Amino acid sequence: MTTSQYLLQQAINAISIGSLYALMAIGLAMVFGILRLINFAHGDLIMVGSYTALLLLVIGVPFWAAALAGMTASMLAGLIMERVAYRPIRGAPDVAMLLTSFAVTIFLENSAVLIFGPTSRPFQGPAILGTALEFGRLRIASVDIIAIVVTGILLVLLTLFITHTEVGIAMRAASQDLLAAQLMGINVNRVIAYAFAIGSMLAGVVGLLWSVRVGKIDPLMGFYPVLKAFVASVIGGLGSLPGAVLGGYVLGILEIMLQGLLPTSLTPFRDAFVFVTLIILLLFRPNGILGATEREKI
Amino acid sequence: MLKLENVHVYYGKIHALKGISVEVREGELVTMLGSNGAGKSTTLMTISGILQPRDGHITYDGHDLGKVSPYDIVRSGIIQCPEGRRIFGGLTVLENLRMGAVRRRDQRGTQEDLEWVCTLFPVLGQRLRQTGATLSGGEQQMLAIGRALMARPRLLMLDEPSLGLAPLIVQTIFDVIRQLHARGVTILLVEQNARQALQVADRGYLLETGRVVLSGPVDELRANPDVERFYLGGSAT
Repeated sequence: MTTSQYLLQQAINAISIGSLYALMAIGLAMVFGILRLINFAHGDLIMVGSYTALLLLVIGVPFWAAALAGMTASMLAGLIMERVAYRPIRGAPDVAMLLTSFAVTIFLENSAVLIFGPTSRPFQGPAILGTALEFGRLRIASVDIIAIVVTGILLVLLTLFITHTEVGIAMRAASQDLLAAQLMGINVNRVIAYAFAIGSMLAGVVGLLWSVRVGKIDPLMGFYPVLKAFVASVIGGLGSLPGAVLGGYVLGILEIMLQGLLPTSLTPFRDAFVFVTLIILLLFRPNGILGATEREKI
Repeated sequence: MLKLENVHVYYGKIHALKGISVEVREGELVTMLGSNGAGKSTTLMTISGILQPRDGHITYDGHDLGKVSPYDIVRSGIIQCPEGRRIFGGLTVLENLRMGAVRRRDQRGTQEDLEWVCTLFPVLGQRLRQTGATLSGGEQQMLAIGRALMARPRLLMLDEPSLGLAPLIVQTIFDVIRQLHARGVTILLVEQNARQALQVADRGYLLETGRVVLSGPVDELRANPDVERFYLGGSAT
């Protein structure tokens, strides 16, 4: 394989993994933007969606229907999470909300362990997702292409939603100034429910792509993705939607680059290098790449 | 139209409003004066439903506003243009104005009001596609008022609209307030700029540390030696 083929393969790999981080980070950013809540339980929505899909696949439901049901399950889980855990403590100090999100995580993960057992289960997507496209000696997994394309489509739809619909504009307004949004008569409960629903559905999509990519699922599968998504949104600027997307791709590219460039003896410490890069970035841009540098106007 | 009777509001343990009674009648321009911390903004936030009174009654057209949510209060026609402008800096001017009309469903009326706001503040009409953050302070205040007007308020509450603005802009803002009053919009104007406020208003209330200490027609207030000394900066001899 030539160098350029190798680079192309790695680039696709990076963009594909970056797409998943970006979709996850959007969910975190939407909620953080309005509520200043870092919802660590966001990762468990991946697990909820994947297990729902798996249960249906096992009884012979076609993949597309199981996928749709998985996404719906993630969305409903997100909505219930907001209603049961976060709405009652809205307005509480940030730390209280953060701790609540840990509680939700522990609850969901342990429930999954109780119901499905702690061991991982194989997750098989349809044959088409398992194949690799071959161009000469270049091999590209079709799930990577699908992740990139699906993410692209979702990002376009999301952009249209937040710039062209009333709820979408209201969501941006609420994330800039929640009190002013209330004074304008924006129904904050509705906007927050939308943020949770959309973010959770995206987590469901990530769950399916992730499960197909890895080939197995387990009750704690959401832990790393949400951590990565958190890093991605910090890189991009916490609470900023374009920042979340950018951060997701930057993180994906960074990881794959380090994977390729580090000597073999150091690759197990790849994440450590990622975090060092994050620390250096934050030293220069404390609010992330696209984070708002608040400026008061007189 | 709007009546506050003996309203008490607390921030935690701090007793911010200690039994305030204020009335605004249809078509009136009422001003609320007082120094920082007197409870003016707290009063407006309570009327808007952001803060809950612990005691006392707020009625609007005879209906109790005690348990009504902020967005239903907006729908009933009470709109607050908050202190410090609080426009949405990342949204365009047009999007800001659209958010002002978020509770409305009459598209034609909303469009008419958009055109009206743009004639009232021509500078907004020229910058509809710019983000709010790129506007100057005075333009942002115009946007904040324009955004509130997009709700077609029956009762418009303005909190310190002249704060921190250049004298020329202050004139523009007060001219608009006069025009709105002449159009029949009922206005509750909170100001520290007592001289200007007493010129445009019909009646006024003077607040000190959470209490109404003086109220009446503006002529009476202007003639009061304490108002003269502390709020109009006149030399008391």
